[in-house]
Amino acid sequence: MSSVLTETTSRAGASSEVVANDFSLQVATANGSGSQTANSVLMRSIFRMGVPVSGKNLFPSNIQGLPTWFTIRANKDGYIARKRDLDVLVCMNPETADDDVREARAGAFVVYEKKLGLENPGRKRDDLTYYAVPFSELVVKITSAPEHAKLRKLIVNMVYVGVVADLMGIDLEETEKAIAKQLKGKPKAIDLNITAARLGLDYAKANFPSKIPFRVERMNATQGKIIIEGNAAAALGCVFGGATVCAWYPITPSSSLCESFIDFCDDLRIDPVTKKKNVTIIQAEDEIASIGIVLGAAWAGARSFTSTSGPGISLMSEFIGLGYYAEIPAVIFDIQRVGPSTGLPTRTMQGDILLCYFNSHGDTKHPVLFPASPEECFTMAQEAFDLAEQLQCPIFVLSDLDLGMNTWMSDAFPYPTSPLKRGKVLDADAIAKLKGGWGRYKDVDGDGIPYRTLPGTPNAYAAYFTRGSGHDEKAQYTEKPQDWVNNVNRIARKFDTARTMVPKPEIQDPFHAPAGILAYGTSHYGSTEARDKLAKDFGVQLDYCRLRALPINAEAADWMRRHDRIYVVEQNRDAQLVTILRDEFPELATRFVPVKQYNGLPLDATTVIEGVLGDRDQQKQKRTA
Amino acid sequence: MSAQPPAPSPAPAAPKTNHIGLPKADYEGAKSTLCLGCGHDVITKQIINALYEMGLEPHKVAKFSGIGCSSKTPAYFLNRAWGFNGVHGRMPSTATGALVANPTLHGIGVSGDGDTASIGIGQFVHVVRRNLPLVYIIEDNGVYGLTKGQFSATADIGAKQKGGAVNDFIPIDCCSLAIELGGTFVARSFSGDMKQLQLILEAAIAHKGTAIIDVISPCVTFNDHEGSTKSYKYSKEHDTPVHEVGFVPFFEETLAEIPAGDSKEVAFPDGSVLKFRGVGRDYDPTDKEKALKTIHESHGKQEILTGILYVDPSKPTFSELLGATGESLTSLPLEKVRPGREALEEIMESLR
Repeated sequence: MSSVLTETTSRAGASSEVVANDFSLQVATANGSGSQTANSVLMRSIFRMGVPVSGKNLFPSNIQGLPTWFTIRANKDGYIARKRDLDVLVCMNPETADDDVREARAGAFVVYEKKLGLENPGRKRDDLTYYAVPFSELVVKITSAPEHAKLRKLIVNMVYVGVVADLMGIDLEETEKAIAKQLKGKPKAIDLNITAARLGLDYAKANFPSKIPFRVERMNATQGKIIIEGNAAAALGCVFGGATVCAWYPITPSSSLCESFIDFCDDLRIDPVTKKKNVTIIQAEDEIASIGIVLGAAWAGARSFTSTSGPGISLMSEFIGLGYYAEIPAVIFDIQRVGPSTGLPTRTMQGDILLCYFNSHGDTKHPVLFPASPEECFTMAQEAFDLAEQLQCPIFVLSDLDLGMNTWMSDAFPYPTSPLKRGKVLDADAIAKLKGGWGRYKDVDGDGIPYRTLPGTPNAYAAYFTRGSGHDEKAQYTEKPQDWVNNVNRIARKFDTARTMVPKPEIQDPFHAPAGILAYGTSHYGSTEARDKLAKDFGVQLDYCRLRALPINAEAADWMRRHDRIYVVEQNRDAQLVTILRDEFPELATRFVPVKQYNGLPLDATTVIEGVLGDRDQQKQKRTA
Repeated sequence: MSAQPPAPSPAPAAPKTNHIGLPKADYEGAKSTLCLGCGHDVITKQIINALYEMGLEPHKVAKFSGIGCSSKTPAYFLNRAWGFNGVHGRMPSTATGALVANPTLHGIGVSGDGDTASIGIGQFVHVVRRNLPLVYIIEDNGVYGLTKGQFSATADIGAKQKGGAVNDFIPIDCCSLAIELGGTFVARSFSGDMKQLQLILEAAIAHKGTAIIDVISPCVTFNDHEGSTKSYKYSKEHDTPVHEVGFVPFFEETLAEIPAGDSKEVAFPDGSVLKFRGVGRDYDPTDKEKALKTIHESHGKQEILTGILYVDPSKPTFSELLGATGESLTSLPLEKVRPGREALEEIMESLR
C-alpha cells in the first residue's frame, strides 16, 4: 500500500510557527555509552513540566557498541504511541548519523556532535535546521580532573540534555530535579551531571539565538502520575497479589520482571519477626524447570508464577499441557518479542497469541490476559492469580517488549482492596464431612471447576494422585473412552466458565458507527490515536473495542455483532487474533479486516489510518465496479 | 501444620504399629501393574518398609515421579500421601516447586534411568547442586520398559539388547556424577539386596538434603537375558557392597545389626546415626576423592559397588540457602503476603 498521508503537514520548521507540547524527539547513541540516564532525565524533565510523555528505547541485542535510539514523544492531548516522523533529532552516534539525517522528515531539527560534520558540503540537507555542538570538547572542560576522564563518555550525554532544554524550553530546574531523582544517593554524580546539563544549556544560550519551534510549555496533565516500565508494574502486581513462589530463566525482554520482583521482595517480603523471606524465588536452569517449579509449587498450594518470552513458552509447552489437564493453577507472563527463533530479541511484537491460547498438544485452550498499560500490568497480575486459583489452570498474561521494557506515564496504582480469591480448596474439616464422597475431578457445582486439596492436609481421605494420564472423577487411572470424554468435556465447560470471569473489554462507542476498531495490548495507543484522527481529519467515524482477555466474553461478542466492519489491529504478520475470531465467530468471518504492523517497532497511528483508509478505498471501488 | 493423627484404620486385634502408632497397611498403595517379578516392585516394598519404620506421617509425604515404569510406582505405595506423576525427565522441578512452597512436606521422588540419565539429566544435575530436601530414587535397569526395551544412558558399554544390538556408548554413572556435583548423600543398591536397600532408604529419609539412591532394578521383560549387564543374575554376581550399613534413627537408641568396634559413624543433625562396617576393603564414605577413585576403578573391574558411597550431612540444604522461613508458603495470611497501603504509596512517590 502506498502511503496515503504524511503525519506532519506544513508544521513547524517550514514556518516560524511555534508548536507547544506536540513533538517527537529521537536521540541516537551507541549502546553501552551510558545514554540511558540522560534520556530518562530528559523524559522526566518534560513529565515534571506536566506534559504527557512516553519514552521508547530502540536497542540492539548487544552490550556495547551497536546503535541505539531513544524516542520521546510529548503530546498535550495524551497521545503517546510511537510516531513515524521525527521532529527533533539528537545525533551522537557517528555510525548512524548519515542514515538518521537521510531518513529525517523535511523540516526537522538536528542537534549533532560537531565533529560529525553533518553540514559539510555534499552532506548537508537544505530542508533541515542544524545545531552543531562541540560536545566532546565541551565535556573535557568539566571532566579535566584525572579521576573524571573515564566518565567523559557518560557525562557527555547530560550535555545534550542541557542543549535540548535550552532549544526547546525545558525548565532546567526540572532537569536538575530529575537528575537528583535518577541518581538518588550519589551526591557527587548528581553534582557532575547537573554541571554538565548547565554547560549544555549555557552553550546553546550563547550560540543559538534561534530556537527549535517545538516547545515544551508547562501544563498540568501529569499531576499525581508516575513513570514506570510494564515489567516493574507487573512485578509489583505479583507482590501485592500474594505470589509466594517465582521461578524464572533469563530472557529478553522478560528478565526485568522477575528481577524487579526480587528487588521489591527484598524490601516488602521480609518477615518482621524472623527476618527471613516469606517468598521463594528460584533462577532455574531453563524454562522447562521454571514451569515445573511453578506447577509443583501451585500444586502444593502456593501462588506461583514465571515470566518468559516466546522461546521460553515453546520450551514450557509440555508442562503447560499437564497443567491444563491435571488442573493446576499457574501464572505465566509472556513478554513478547519478535520471533520465530531468536528473531529480533530486542524488538517488540504481538506474536504469541496463538502459541499461548492453544499452547501444548492435544485439546488445549487457556485464558489469556492482555494488559495495555503499566496499571493493567499491576492489576491483571493480581487478577491472573485469582483466576488461576479459581479456575485451576495456567493463565497467560501477554505483555510485550514495548509495554514491558519501555517507560510509560501511568496513573498511580490503586491499592488492592479485595481479598485473595483462592478458589475451591477443601481443608481437613471439609474432607472429614465428605468422607469418601470427595472426587478431585468431580463437577459438583456445574461450572466445570472441581475441588482440590493441598498436600499436608491432615485427613486420611484428603490425598489424591495427580497424573497427566487418563483419570476419572476420583483421580484414578483410567483408559475408558467415556471417562476420557467426560473429563475433557468438563474441562471445556470450565473454559466457558472462564469466559464469564476474565476481564471485560474496554468499549468506546462515541459514534455508534457501523464500523469499529478492535485492538488489544499495546496496539491500543496507535489505534485510539488513529480513530481520533480518522474522525477529525478524514471524517471517518469508528467505534472502539479493546479486548482485555481471551476467551472472548459476551460483551466483546455483542460489540462485534453490532459492527459490520471491524478493523482488527495487531502487531503480527498472520493476524493471529483474527484467526481466533474467525474460528469462534464463523458467521462474522467476513467482517474482520486485519490491520497489521510487524516490523519490530511499536505500533504507530499512521499504520492504522492507512489500513482503514485503504480498506475503505477498496470497498468503494468494489461498489462502483 | 499440626500433627493430628489420620483417621484410624480398622484394627480388630491391635496390629503391629510403628513408633507413631500406625500399622504398615497405612503405608501401602494400589496394586502394581508392572510385570511379575519386576525389580521396581521390590523397591516399592522397601520404600513402604522404610517409611513405616521411620514413622513418617502419611499426609506429610509428597511423592513425585516423571514418566516410565519407575514413575508409575508412587501409586503403589502410601495411598494416603499426595502423588504427582509429572512429565518425562522433569520430576526434580515439580518436587522443587512443591517442597519450597511447603517445606514441611517430606519429598520422595522416584525416577528411572531414562527419566534421569537420558531426558532428565539436566534437572538431575541441578537438583543435586541445590541440595533440595528430597529422597531421589533411580530405579535403574538400563532400558526403556514402556517403549519395549531401547537402551538408556546407564546401559553399560558392550551390553546386549534383547534383540542382539550392542551398546557402544559410555554409560552415565549417576552416583559418581552426583558426587562430582556436590551431592550430600549418594548411594547405590540392588533390588536383590532388600536389607541393604531398606537401611539406605531409612538413612536417606533422615538426611536433610538431596539423597540420591541409584538402585539396580532388573527389567525381567526386556533386560534379563544373557549378555545383559543389568540382569538379575549379572547384578547378583557383580554386586559388591563397599561396607555393611547400619542405621539408628533418632527415635531409637540401640542398633542390633552391627556390633560396635571397627565401624565408622556419621551423625545426622536430627540425632540419627549411620554406621558402616568394612567388608574387606578400606572405604570411607566421607572421603569424596577416594570415593570417586574407587567408583571409577570399579567400572574396569565390572563391579557394581553398593552401599552409601558418599555422605556429608553438614552441607546447607536448598531451603537454608534460600533464606526462607521454613514454614509453608501456601496459606500465609494476607498481611504477610500483601504489603500495606503505605508501602505502595511510598513506591508510587518514588516513581513521580
